[in-house]
Amino acid sequence: MKARLAEWIVLLRPGDWLVLAAGLLVCVLSALVLWRGGAPDKAVVRAGGKVFAELGLARAQTVEVPGPLGVTRIEIEPGRARVASDPGPRQYCVRQGWLTRSGAVAICAPNQVSLSLAGGAADYDSLNY
Amino acid sequence: MTPSTIEIVPTADDQRIARLAAAAIVLTVAEAAIPLPLPGVKPGLANIVTLIVLARWGWRDSVWVALLRVFAGSLLLGQLFAPGFFLSLSGSLASLATLGLAMHLPRRWFGPVSLSVLAAFAHIGGQLVLARLWLVPHDGVFYLVPVFAFAATLFGLVNGLVAAKLMRGRASGTI
Repeated sequence: MKARLAEWIVLLRPGDWLVLAAGLLVCVLSALVLWRGGAPDKAVVRAGGKVFAELGLARAQTVEVPGPLGVTRIEIEPGRARVASDPGPRQYCVRQGWLTRSGAVAICAPNQVSLSLAGGAADYDSLNY
Repeated sequence: MTPSTIEIVPTADDQRIARLAAAAIVLTVAEAAIPLPLPGVKPGLANIVTLIVLARWGWRDSVWVALLRVFAGSLLLGQLFAPGFFLSLSGSLASLATLGLAMHLPRRWFGPVSLSVLAAFAHIGGQLVLARLWLVPHDGVFYLVPVFAFAATLFGLVNGLVAAKLMRGRASGTI
């Protein structure tokens, strides 16, 4: 087995190794650059159809958004965001948990508040898809 | 009155190119039978022939062999003038241009494997440019670049090694 392999390796010249290494480097770099898509960089909070706040995802913070039913609390951590509490009856947006991908949306319809992540290479938003 | 006939006499060059192109076409057709997970990722075995022709008879002959292979191969597979044919053609043109430049690299340092890997990358490059401009006018096509790049490296290496082995095995013109 080893001898068989060596038989092939002698066919490679020094520059060939260089070209192969460059080829693999292109694979790794292109994967890093192109497959990073979906990493969001900001959270957009809407209340009553208007943009209430645009928050960077760099540091942790909590935002309280007033709506017709009460206050919706939105929690942000580095790289992700969630609706921490909402006065709505069914709690769909709270149970959605942490949003991590660009384009992800949590909607608290009764309180007219929505949270969506934007930035990066947004692929699909969870509404239109 | 003598009937006028036009007789085309193939030269030895023509016959050699035809023979080599036939070998490349056989590889293309054989390769079409191999199931592959992703459209566009193919081993490109016919490029082994292109590499050998390039090393032994020069760039002009390798252009002839490669382009004859693209046309006749797609004709046999029922792909002539289908999108796949144009992708294959643009890839081949790009890789032939690259080979034309890369063949001037010092032979002592850069063997068939270098040429094969460079040509494979040029091939996916040419295909992607055409696909982006014409078939899929959206940047989504570039999402698959890492996969194509890996395939180009891997199959470039394999084809280059096979070409190197074949050229080493035979001293001269038995192909």
